[in-house]
Amino acid sequence: MSEYRKIFVSFFKIGLFTFGGGYAMMPLFRQELIDKHKYITENELIDYYSIGQCTPGVIAVNVATFTGYKIKGVSGAAVATLAIVLPSLVIIMALAGILQVLSDNQIVSHAFAGIRIGVIALILNEVIHLFKKAVTSRLQLGIFAIILAVLLLGNVSAIMAVMMAAGVGVVRFMRLK
Amino acid sequence: MIYAILFYEFFKIGLFAIGGGMVTIPFLFDLTKKFDWFSAEELTDMIAVSQSTPGPVGVNMATYAGFQAAGVGGGIMATFGLVVPSVIIVIMVSKLLRCCAENRLLGEVMAAIRPAVAALILQAGFELFKLSVKDYYAGAFAAAFFALVYFYKKSPIFYIILAAVLGIIFKL
Repeated sequence: MSEYRKIFVSFFKIGLFTFGGGYAMMPLFRQELIDKHKYITENELIDYYSIGQCTPGVIAVNVATFTGYKIKGVSGAAVATLAIVLPSLVIIMALAGILQVLSDNQIVSHAFAGIRIGVIALILNEVIHLFKKAVTSRLQLGIFAIILAVLLLGNVSAIMAVMMAAGVGVVRFMRLK
Repeated sequence: MIYAILFYEFFKIGLFAIGGGMVTIPFLFDLTKKFDWFSAEELTDMIAVSQSTPGPVGVNMATYAGFQAAGVGGGIMATFGLVVPSVIIVIMVSKLLRCCAENRLLGEVMAAIRPAVAALILQAGFELFKLSVKDYYAGAFAAAFFALVYFYKKSPIFYIILAAVLGIIFKL
């Protein structure tokens, strides 16, 4: 089996068998990439995650790109990235197609009314989790409060809000230097 | 033409949604205001499906959103757009691996962005709440469900299936 095919199979499996993304994927990454194929070391995996958290994009995709790049350069990165998103593409589009057909069904619409409320509870839970990790100083509490106020009052896009917060970080860096 | 717009919009999301899956929600919510690809109610369904199917949540959401907007080609273009910025950045960064993780400027910027991301998701959640919870009956259901999620740490899939079953039983 060629190296590219091995890379493809590993990442396709990871994309197919993990739910949730991010940290939920770490055990399978470890099993496939460290234990089985010895593509990377434990420390490299931890590095990829910590960099994945402070670079844009989906963390699991970033880890795939890093690993593929390490094994086979740019083409390895492309193969690994394609392989990890392919299961999502197929499964989601098949499911979305089925749900479009079923949307008139009474039972399905009751189920989704329940699910919509459940999802909101999950989002709120995620916010609490994020808040605990992200807000550890007065400045960070101030950023949270101001961004929230700006979002509730004005017509500010998510991109604009991220750029405003990034600006605060840059100013702080320059003042401390 | 819609493919180019999808690519461009998801490229921007890939570039600005720092921190993974759920972070894309406020950006997708912005899209519901800008385009008629999908409604905010449909966005909630997309979140549920993306969390309870295999694969990274952010990728699932982009595929679903693109598919709703323009079918199979749309799903592919949106996913492609989401992934391209991280591929480019990761390949650039992997050459200077360690100095990036310990970079002071990047550290300050990330420390400032994280609270903003929490505020963004809270606001998007509030907007979705207003759409889905229209009476006291649904409000009570939401409060009880949140208590469940908060106190019993089960996987999101468990809660989504439970919510579906409760929705059918109580005819929400």
